[in-house]
Amino acid sequence: MPRLWQVTKLIRSKNSGPFELTFDVIFKDRETYVKVRDARIINAQWFAKTYQLKPEAVSVINYDAASAIKITIPRPAISGDIDDTDVFGGQQYGPLVDLEVPY
Amino acid sequence: MSEIRILSATGILGSGFREETLKRAMALRPDFIGADSGSTDPGPYYLGSGETLFSDAAYKRDLRLILLAARAAGVPAIIGSACTAGSDVQLERLVKIAYEIAREEGLHFKLAAIHSEQNKDYLKRKLREGKITPLANAPVLDEAVIDRSTHIVGMCGIEPFIEALQNGAEVIIAGRSSDTSIFAAMPVMRGFNPATVWHAAKVLECGAACVVLRKYPDCMFATVTNESFVIEPPNPEYRCDPVSVASHNLYENSTPYELIEPSGVLNTYSAKYEAVSDRAVKVSGSTFKPAGRYTIKLEGAELAGYQSLIIGSVRDPIILRQFDSWFEGLVKAVKDRILAVFGAGIESKYRFDARVFGKNATMGRLESETRIGHEVGLLFQVTADTQALATALMKSVGHIAVHYPIPEWTGLITSIAYPYSPAEIQRGASYRFNMNHVVEPATPLEMFSIDYQQV
Repeated sequence: MPRLWQVTKLIRSKNSGPFELTFDVIFKDRETYVKVRDARIINAQWFAKTYQLKPEAVSVINYDAASAIKITIPRPAISGDIDDTDVFGGQQYGPLVDLEVPY
Repeated sequence: MSEIRILSATGILGSGFREETLKRAMALRPDFIGADSGSTDPGPYYLGSGETLFSDAAYKRDLRLILLAARAAGVPAIIGSACTAGSDVQLERLVKIAYEIAREEGLHFKLAAIHSEQNKDYLKRKLREGKITPLANAPVLDEAVIDRSTHIVGMCGIEPFIEALQNGAEVIIAGRSSDTSIFAAMPVMRGFNPATVWHAAKVLECGAACVVLRKYPDCMFATVTNESFVIEPPNPEYRCDPVSVASHNLYENSTPYELIEPSGVLNTYSAKYEAVSDRAVKVSGSTFKPAGRYTIKLEGAELAGYQSLIIGSVRDPIILRQFDSWFEGLVKAVKDRILAVFGAGIESKYRFDARVFGKNATMGRLESETRIGHEVGLLFQVTADTQALATALMKSVGHIAVHYPIPEWTGLITSIAYPYSPAEIQRGASYRFNMNHVVEPATPLEMFSIDYQQV
């Protein structure tokens, strides 16, 4: 079964301000994007479990114009706070990379 | 006038752009040159301390080329969010650099400096009046938080820029401002459709970030009409396509469809992205809804403490096989030693944290991977009210940790490799962002005073 990194051209995480973390999954082709989007492989429940949140705190937005899925969550710690591990939020997407996609 | 041409010099002033690209872009006769100079991305230190992300030399290099080009063409240069956080001290720093450049190059211009740093009494009054409201995931804001903040800035919209332009400013250097307002102010002032303008501004504010493959920071150019705008990189090595331009809406934004500004919300849901050549894209179809109430976003930072650090690593396979239990014992021994040296009551005066590289340094408590490799990196961190106390505590930490034993070896062991002498590193002040709120001013200009100077 292919992994998410094999069907995407970019998986990234980044701050959207100091209080939110946002993930972009940009697909190589529209066909795979539509399949993954419609099968809801990337969903609030998976994010809630992986990032230890309530599903209500997870926003998942499909962005057809760029064949991309965007996920935004509250930051695990405020950017740069004493217990923060990643000021830019740039290395929090690791668990997404090897997510299995059944296509 | 049926179109307005906008040159964005770079995504963030000080990061650079190619001098040759700027020259090419000037040949396209821009109506003004804009550049953002700030970001909260590198963390709370810059707002907290008033220090800057880049060196004065880096700001001067970029600003010199921008001012020379703008003055030669007789068009305004507009810089926002001066020197990272856009506090008054940072604004003054960039204004001083502009003066130096003017002197060295023999330039003369009318300068407007827009102040974004906020008066604490004003904010306390607004808080009491219920005119300050929290955004998502905001920490608690009360008068004590306002008092503790070292700097608080408001993120200005287009209105102070328009005011300065209408008063004849040729160079505008602003404190904290929304990235897009730098590029939206003049087109909105000239009456262009705000929907088209704000969308163009969003694409422009990161410089060359919207190209297919950005290899280095550079300029970006847009030609804006009422119905649409065309974005085309002035650097011939770069190209935009509809997906690269649409994708840029994702960057550092919680939704690609909405951009919230003080005066309203840009909605790109129905935007169309069409290739007009193999490197230029035409964008149309966004909408702009004016805000029901005009709000200014606040950013504040306060001192979190002073820190000392130790960096070390562990290579012994026998320690690594029992890493978690060894490390748990080490942390307890460290805290016991601090108590023994500094006495009861010390527990509430410091905070000890450790980051374990090779285990969970990147994701902390969220890490699900449990394997570790042939070595791990350690970073000890002590936070206290003074640098002297943080360093004093860390000296005890360093000695206890380096000899912390395991049962398999008899005799004194040295279990951590320290690369430096002294082991401890004084990190200085650490700050924290302490607000994510908006305030309702009586007018869009109320929170931002403008100084005019003939340079």
